[in-house]
Amino acid sequence: MAEQASAWVTLAHKIGASVLTAHVDDVDRASRFPRESIDALRAEKFLGLFIPKELGGGGASLADLTGVCHALGQYCASTGMVYAMHQIQIACMMRHYKGAEFFAGYLRECAKDELLIASATTELGPQGNTRMSSCALEYDGDEVKLEKNTPVISYGLEADGILVTSRRTVDSPPSDQAATLVKKSQYTLEKTMEWDTLGMRGTCSHGFMFRGKAHKSQVLATPFAEVSQQTMLPVAHTTWTSLWSGIAVDAVNRARAFVRAEARRQPGVTPPSALRLAETMNTLHLLRANVMDGIREYERVMDDSEALSGLGFAIRMNNLKVSTTQLTPQVVGQALAVCGIAGYKSNTKFSLGRHLRDAHGGALMVANDRILGTNSNLLLVYKDE
Amino acid sequence: MTEDIRAIIREHARLTVDVATLADDADLYQAGMTSHASVNLMLALEEKFDVEFPERMLRRRAFENIAAIRAAVEELTAEKAG
Repeated sequence: MAEQASAWVTLAHKIGASVLTAHVDDVDRASRFPRESIDALRAEKFLGLFIPKELGGGGASLADLTGVCHALGQYCASTGMVYAMHQIQIACMMRHYKGAEFFAGYLRECAKDELLIASATTELGPQGNTRMSSCALEYDGDEVKLEKNTPVISYGLEADGILVTSRRTVDSPPSDQAATLVKKSQYTLEKTMEWDTLGMRGTCSHGFMFRGKAHKSQVLATPFAEVSQQTMLPVAHTTWTSLWSGIAVDAVNRARAFVRAEARRQPGVTPPSALRLAETMNTLHLLRANVMDGIREYERVMDDSEALSGLGFAIRMNNLKVSTTQLTPQVVGQALAVCGIAGYKSNTKFSLGRHLRDAHGGALMVANDRILGTNSNLLLVYKDE
Repeated sequence: MTEDIRAIIREHARLTVDVATLADDADLYQAGMTSHASVNLMLALEEKFDVEFPERMLRRRAFENIAAIRAAVEELTAEKAG
């Protein structure tokens, strides 16, 4: 589909077509970290892409960032997801560090050394909600100590640092949270759960007992509630939906190739699968239009903290996530119907098994029911003006 | 009005501390109010004072403490009277 192709996006396609494509099947089969793909992105300075130029990064726009995620999703969704999650943590730090010396220095380090940052936002226990924590920062002089039993830290073992949420102090209620950047040398991870899933197998999102210590300057001063609403959620939902829709695009590309091959066999006779393809393309356009609109909406209000805190914006971003994760598996399913048994087989150039399995992750990863539940609550007071 | 607001907070904000111990400028979120509870608080305030918070007021900060809530409700009741 016609997108504005920036140099970043063009290069992402190039790396995707060569490196990601070469390793995607093994990453998926072995449920292993897409090391070659992340290293290839690192070599081209993609990990620091979103960091402002004054901090040594690429200074890319949200359109560039989401464009790159969309491109990566077309070759290896796990790589795209690792990349998107990393950028979400970078965005949280760079948009909320408010001039703090530690974070300015750390972001420079991220850009210079192309560090990979993970996150630990969910916690085992009754809460099961990223906006509530049981664990707390324990202050000891200038040091903070934190232990968190978390069901998932995506690519935790591969990360150079982890942004961890917790209660702000041991006396804070569960909803009063802070985010702390803990460096690899400052924490240990004890694996508690194995990531062996239907799809998105390369994200290696194992469960861990996290134990870390950090200097108190590594705690982001902005309350996590604000970081979450203004940056974590909208960056997550715009980058994730970009890469998920990338899965759909590649599935449709395979279906198109299949129909073209059929048509060539009998020129003059439109193959029956062409009608199904036209239908699939229609759904794909709907899906992409929604994603592009969501990105534009976030770009429009990105520097307006009033609008970012508004209920209307929260509802819009939530809907972006829900509708995209409903439509993506639908499009892949339609593409499978076009390709038939050639798509069902795992060893043809029309294979769609991985696409289908990866696509189903979206609706479950932050469950759509939970998101719709949040919207249903917000809609009780929201007035459209 | 402050007493009415405090009574509504006691009933709907689900604080982890007694609202009586909080000053008018104490942060309700730090006292345990969740986003979900803040919606219930808004609904109860709308019902009690017969007002509707417009979109521009539906911000985290507008409900962050008792003084801010009082200012918002007063603004809306004054508009209604005027």
